[in-house]
Amino acid sequence: MNRLADHIPRIEALARDQGLDFFPVDFELVPASFMMEVAVYGLPVRMPHWSFGVRWVYQMIQHRMGHSRIFEVVFPGNPNHAYLVDTNSLEENTLVVAHVLGHADFSRNNLTFARSQEQVGYHIVEQAAAHAHRIAEAIERHGAARVERVLDVALALEPHIDSDQPFNRVPYRAHARQPDERPADEFGERYARLPGTAAPELEDADKPLHIPPHPERDLLWFIAQYAPEMADWERDIFLAVRKESWYFQPVFNCQIMNEGWASYWHSRLLREADFLPSQFYVDCMKTHSDVVSPHASDHQVALRINPYHLGYVMWERLIEARGLAEARELMRTEDDFGFIRNYLTPEIAEDLDLFVYSASREGAVRVTDANIDELRETILAPKFNFGAPRVVVEDLAADGSLTLRHQHREDGRGLDAERARYVLEYIDRIWRRPVRLITVDGRGAETSLTTAAA
Amino acid sequence: MMSFTDGDARNGSGRWYELFSRGTRDWLRHNEKVRQAVRDHLPELVAGSDVLSDARDRTVKVPVRFMEHYRFRLRDPDEQQGAGQGDAKPGDVLRPARPVSGSDPAGGEGEGQVSFVLEFQIDDILDWLWEDLQLPNLQPREGSSVEEDAYVREGWDKRGARSRLDRRRTMREAVKRRGAQPDSQVPIGNDDLRFRQLARRRKPTTNAVVFFVLDVSSSMDEHCRKLAKTFFFWALQGIRRQYTSVETVFVAHTVGAWEFDEEQFFQVRGEGGTKSSTGFAKAREILDERYDPAQYNCYLFYATDGHNFSEDRAAATETVRRLLPDMNFAGYAEVSQQAHRHMDTEVAAIWQRLAADDFPVGSYTLTSDSDIWPAIKAFFTDQAERSGVA
Repeated sequence: MNRLADHIPRIEALARDQGLDFFPVDFELVPASFMMEVAVYGLPVRMPHWSFGVRWVYQMIQHRMGHSRIFEVVFPGNPNHAYLVDTNSLEENTLVVAHVLGHADFSRNNLTFARSQEQVGYHIVEQAAAHAHRIAEAIERHGAARVERVLDVALALEPHIDSDQPFNRVPYRAHARQPDERPADEFGERYARLPGTAAPELEDADKPLHIPPHPERDLLWFIAQYAPEMADWERDIFLAVRKESWYFQPVFNCQIMNEGWASYWHSRLLREADFLPSQFYVDCMKTHSDVVSPHASDHQVALRINPYHLGYVMWERLIEARGLAEARELMRTEDDFGFIRNYLTPEIAEDLDLFVYSASREGAVRVTDANIDELRETILAPKFNFGAPRVVVEDLAADGSLTLRHQHREDGRGLDAERARYVLEYIDRIWRRPVRLITVDGRGAETSLTTAAA
Repeated sequence: MMSFTDGDARNGSGRWYELFSRGTRDWLRHNEKVRQAVRDHLPELVAGSDVLSDARDRTVKVPVRFMEHYRFRLRDPDEQQGAGQGDAKPGDVLRPARPVSGSDPAGGEGEGQVSFVLEFQIDDILDWLWEDLQLPNLQPREGSSVEEDAYVREGWDKRGARSRLDRRRTMREAVKRRGAQPDSQVPIGNDDLRFRQLARRRKPTTNAVVFFVLDVSSSMDEHCRKLAKTFFFWALQGIRRQYTSVETVFVAHTVGAWEFDEEQFFQVRGEGGTKSSTGFAKAREILDERYDPAQYNCYLFYATDGHNFSEDRAAATETVRRLLPDMNFAGYAEVSQQAHRHMDTEVAAIWQRLAADDFPVGSYTLTSDSDIWPAIKAFFTDQAERSGVA
């Protein structure tokens, strides 16, 4: 009767035979409407915010117009949680099961994912639901308007985390380190026994260190840690958003690799699944070619690249040329930046008809004569710094006023001043002291923005 | 070790997401915020005469955009690079430049651009406007409130008509009694019944009648009538806020005057010249026939482009002066095409003299939609001040 339930263990066994290594997966069949919400919120249960409502309506419009179809969503963890649409055909969902196992293999083994999961834990789905619950309580206690004011800031700063730092960070040291405070490890002891005069005392050791001691990229953490007048429940919301953001980052940073890997495996697993009737297999492969295809059909041109297609082709070539073992090692150690820079070859670019275009303000779109490096960097450009401009905390003054700086050299140009002012206004409502932001204007001259109201 | 859950396998016990849509919840919250934002710009938005098309439903429709949740973003570059896929070679132009005029620049797409229509209750709008513009309440004339009989609920009795049985109260009595008599077997006895009492009371009511006089001579073009209509509409809504019952009288004139119903009033078009006196005379006639000034608060609004036959000057002055003693207030709206016109017309001169003689009058110039709210505000402020003096 329910043949999907029968297929799942057999596909799983096949996957393990092929060397895939994954945490268990909880599959759940859900209505398409729920799927759409999961895609919009990024998590099955997540905090309320009006901006999700806007995205949701967009998704509805896209869906009604037939432009968007969601096949599966999987949340890495132990166990993984995978959602399948209950109105999809058995063939489609069988393919999706195989695809999900590819993702599960990827998220357990890829180091970007593994590190993130080690830090935030393996139960983000449950944790996000707990965050939502706590925020519902905060709404009960403090009112929807005040909670929304906090979420306006926290979600606007969602990509501004620093995953090069540990997830659980301690506050900056208050004072300079004295020479005798050297850590009592083996090296420290040997260093102390070195001949020579005693190290001079630091003169201004008692003077407080500048905050932050280095440009701070983790705005969510910094604000939660150092905001002069933030209530504990407000900090709690900031840290909840930060945790979810920490969890989302690997998905974002590895999208091409991850989707390509899952697509490679659903295609390979189904091909080798001899328990499937041949007509069934053909129907599955129709779905495969719908998902894993360029956005442009023959002799057409698309102004974007389908990551499923690009990733799939790259993995297929890599495994063919170097063997599965080496490909698995690449899967473990790379993210999209390394993957595209090292393995998107001129041959693949040519075979897939990839190109770089330039769009003018007036709307003219022209294909440029780009070399492979330019192509790679153009593909990667939207992925830098979690897709956001790099804005850092530069200074927290004694009076509590905050100075942010946009590191425009890394981004190549200044911020959109109007939007930046609105974001400063959000921050202002929670920081409750003067806030300013330094960036560059259209001519490259440094400019200091304050809130629109100020 | 794998687990699989299917909706059918749960014996129809509904899952939470079938009963509750987070998307809908957050979308409604977004709309609430948009309403708030619209409210902040209400005077500009509702002055556009087109919003009045559904006035009979007591709602107006306002086109709005999706709100944007702002994030840090780089400024739009002069040239945006992107990666594409397909049959194209360097130098190919995939899309020509758009004509510069009108359309948004390339970076303009995104969530802020889609618009949808929100419907607002006129009563809500009025409350917001009065709050935002801090408009004073109208002052009824002393002695103009009429005592009328009204039935009000007052207390309870153990006897009464069955239709006025108060079930909640009755249950409460029954519970009380059973508490006091634990052995009682009677769930609800006759002594528990409670009936609502009605009492006849004298209650003051305030009535108002509003005369709208509109010049429909050939010099009043579509633009002028639209302004007049919008001004009349909001002035009337404001008066309606204040009085228990408001009656309206619509008079249009050229060199003669006629009474119309509301719908025809704004459609009607006249030919030829202008004699304001005929409009005032008609208003006087209707007032004498139907309304006792002692029982009504009377308002008059006159809209014209200001051009009146000069030979009508004496008659116009005379008729309006005969009308004014019975009026709480008389507003004059001069509508015109020209942006910077001073009030130097025939009718404006009449009103200036009335003001000089301390009659409760006010004059407003309307040349575009943006003049409507200042005029409405001026009207209500004038009226309040006048009444304060009187």
